This record gives sequence, structure tokens and C-alpha cells, in this order.
Amino acid sequence: MSAKASADRTLRGRVAVVGIGETDYYRHGASPDPEFKLALKAILAACSDAGIDPRDIDGFASYSEERSEASRLAAALGTRRLRAATMQWGGGGGGCCAAVANAAASIVAGLADCVVVFRSLAQGQYGRFGQTTNIDTISGEKAYLMPYGILAPPQRFAMRVRRYMHERGVSQEALRAIALASYHHAQANPRAVMYGKPLDPAKYDASRWIAEPFHLYDCCMENDGAAGLVLVPAERAGEFRNKPAYVLGAAVGSGYRAGAIPHNSPHYASAGFEPVAADLYAMAGLGPSDVGVVQCYENFTGGVVMALAEHGFFAPEEANDYLAFDNLVAPSGRLPLNTSGGNLAECYMHGFELVLEAVRQVRGTSTSQARRNDVAMVIGGPMVTPVSNLLLGSEATL
Amino acid sequence: MSGEATQTYLPQGLPIPVAEADGLSAPYWQGLHQNRLLVQRCRHCATWQFGPEWICHQCHALDPDWTEIEPHGRIFSWERVWHPSHAALRQHGPYLAVLVEIPHASGVRMIGNLLGDPAQVVYIGAAVEGVFEHHPHPERPYSLLHWRPSSAR
Repeated sequence: MSAKASADRTLRGRVAVVGIGETDYYRHGASPDPEFKLALKAILAACSDAGIDPRDIDGFASYSEERSEASRLAAALGTRRLRAATMQWGGGGGGCCAAVANAAASIVAGLADCVVVFRSLAQGQYGRFGQTTNIDTISGEKAYLMPYGILAPPQRFAMRVRRYMHERGVSQEALRAIALASYHHAQANPRAVMYGKPLDPAKYDASRWIAEPFHLYDCCMENDGAAGLVLVPAERAGEFRNKPAYVLGAAVGSGYRAGAIPHNSPHYASAGFEPVAADLYAMAGLGPSDVGVVQCYENFTGGVVMALAEHGFFAPEEANDYLAFDNLVAPSGRLPLNTSGGNLAECYMHGFELVLEAVRQVRGTSTSQARRNDVAMVIGGPMVTPVSNLLLGSEATL
Repeated sequence: MSGEATQTYLPQGLPIPVAEADGLSAPYWQGLHQNRLLVQRCRHCATWQFGPEWICHQCHALDPDWTEIEPHGRIFSWERVWHPSHAALRQHGPYLAVLVEIPHASGVRMIGNLLGDPAQVVYIGAAVEGVFEHHPHPERPYSLLHWRPSSAR
């Protein structure tokens, strides 16, 4: 491969987010709209934010078994043509940044010019993640888990976090600080489902166990809603009304045999980002000290501890000191974290609300704006496989 | 020594494990039914493998052999579950699940319940032995493998 071809193989600075939009966010089952209508509303909102005609969308990208499928969206919206339709394999929020990466790659490769990346969820319509019902027999990975009462995500991930806490000496208070930061930021965010419902250390400590080491407030919510963004080639970024947020890098994947079931991945006590974080920083040409604000997918707080450590913000043995409330809050904590409230307190939109919040941080329009906002990170889906991550930046970072 | 449970650790009504349509894990489930713990071991390169797959991840020989191993191991991690995620568990109260590492099969791991007091203190690294639990379901009988503390060191 020539040096030029190698240098071309990057997303850095090639595409920009020019519009974001979301529906109202609801408690699970509370959406008045069906899931597909939620998707349409979020996409229309993102197009309106960008100032583009939805008919000019020529691609859709999503993840996690998204049901609002690209061809139906294109027909419903009357888009002039459909050129890219990419779905990321893997469940949970591991694909929330990968979907952006796939859309960006479609644009950089010349396959599409205006791609909407989105996620829609109506758990009232399709069933909750947190409850197991109507299953008679089970095979595959879940056959080794469900008969033993390992049914829903909290039970699937508690042992992994327990092992990490054991190996690295991580305290319950480190997990608590993450929950407190998310709830603190949600109190400034009127979109947040937990707006007006603050959390303090005593309330966390008194909350019931879901699966030790997870208290109630260590676990994400379950919600209905949709969120989307509009991605275009960087050379078009100036045509739109909002300040663009450029993709500086993205990476997807997992380490050696991360998918070995049941719970047989060789590097078990891990969020799965060790190779993926290195790829992200290499593409962006940046390191952890360049990142001003982080949105990190909280399926469970323990996964955030692992993911932040694997992205080099602190060594695992420093987690108890680093993960203190004051360090994690905007505007000027060491690392403002989940500044919209995230999955814990804004909305569990499978992490896509985190991507939108990173765009707001770069724009300077967050309800909990970080002082250092030129480079914003999103981390998707700790402890699942594949996982993904994303760095967005302002024009000054190009 | 491994034993056999006389009553089930969790209430009836949870999903019943069955082999995949392609039969990949059928020997494992049949083994539990006969009080035998089977995991895969490659006949070419002797690599242990669990859960099962159609190929040895080390040397790529297809159809790894099933090998019986002693159900002894050490607790690699654990959790105490309080929130009922299934209607069958609603009135049940907390229960313990453990991830057990099998040192004599190169550290393959498996999940089961830890028998005894659900409030017991659980130690990572503690020795445990397997206990087969048979569910005489009228249409789909099945068997599970649980664990209890052992004196082995």
C-alpha cells in the first residue's frame, strides 16, 4: 500500500455532524407513539436542526437490532434515493459509536453524502430489557445462564464488575460517584427523565440491591424515545446553520475471544476497550489528556470504571481517588462525565443520547457545559462485544 | 465428591435449557442428565474449550471431542441477586450465582448457583464442588450443575 493510500484510511476530519434531534424521552412503556413514529420524529428533528430537507438523506445507520429499518424510513420520508443502509452487529449499546463510524465510512468512501444515524426504542411496544417473560426453552449462551437466574443485564454483568473490583481494589464509592455525577447533570437538563429527581450519597447507599455490587442507582433506566443525527462530508459542513462537530476518530471491536461464552473471555475483568481505545487515539492523533469531556455508556456504573481506565484516564489502581464526584462534574472537574445525565438519568436511548450530548458539548450548548470542549469523547457499551468509541472535535482541532 | 440435589435451588418456571437446533451443546446437556460434566478438548492439540464450538479455537480442527472432567473448581466471581427479573422469582428472595473456574481444564469457566445460605459470605478463590440438579419436567426433563463449598485445597 502506498503511503498516500495509508494516510487516506482515516475518518479524521472527513465528516461532520451538522444536525441532532431527539423525541421527548419517556419512562419505559410511557411513549404515546409507536417506535417507528418515534424514529421519524427524531430524524425530522435532526434534519430541522441542520436545516436540511429530509428528502436529501441518502443513508441510514443504526445498531443493536434496530427495528426501524432503512428502506421503510426511506419510503416513509420520500427520500430521493437510498445509498447506504448499515447495521452494526451486536446488542446493547456497543454499537452506538460504531453506527456513526459506519455512516462516516460510507461517506468517506463515496457511498453516500448525507447519512442519518439513529436509534429508536419503545419498550412498551416491544418488551423490556429488564424482564424475562414468555420464554419456555432457551439455547445458546443464555442456556448456560437463565436457568440459574442470570436473566437480565444486571445479572449478566454483576460478576464481571465484582471480579474487576476484586482484582483492582475498586470501591463501591467509585461506582457511586459515577451515579452521582449523572444525576447531578440531569438536574440541569429538562430533557432528562430524572430531571427534578436528585440523588445524594445517602439515597444511593440506602437504595435496594439489584444484583450485588449494583444498587438500583448503578443500573441504567429503561426508556422509550428516539435520537438521531445528520452526518455529511466535512467540505459541506459550512453549509448548515449550526457549528459542526467533526469526527476525529472512531473505533470498533473487541479483544481476543471476547465473545467466548459463557463468561469465558480470557480477559474477563475488562470492558473490552484495550485494543479499541488504542485504535481510536491512533486515528485521532490524540491521547487522553487532550479529551475535555466524556460521555461513557452506563449500562452499569462498574462498566464505566473499567472503560475510563482502559481509555487511559487513570490507572485501575487510581480509580478510587479519580472517581470522586468533584472530578466528574461540569464545568471544570478533571473529567466532566455524562453531562446530560446519560443512560442513568437522562434517557436510556441505548447510548445514542450520549452521542448527541457530545455534539452539544462541541457546539457549546450543553445544559452542563464543560470548560474544555474542543474534544469530546463517547464510549459505547462497556462489557459487551463488539464495543465502540468516538472522538468529536471543533474546527479548531482539525 | 459431587452430589445430587434433592430439591431445586430456584423455583420452577425459569427458562428450560435445550441444545441448539444444530445440536452443538447436546452432549453437554445429556452429560449433566447422567451426572457427568463434559467439556470440549481438541484431540489434535489438547486445547480445552467451553462453551462448545464446532472448531478448536487453537488449531482449527473441527468437531472437538467431548471429555468428562471432575466437577471441582474455584470461585472466580460471584453475585447475590435481589431483583426478580422473572415472574417465577418474585417471592423468592436473594440467591447466589457463581462463576467457577476449572483449573484441571485450563481454567474454563461455568456458571451455577452456590448452594446453601444465600446470605453466606462468598470468597473469590474458594474451592467448590459440583452438585447435579435434576428437573423431572414432564415434557422436557433437564439437569443443571450447581456448586457448594468444598474442603479441597
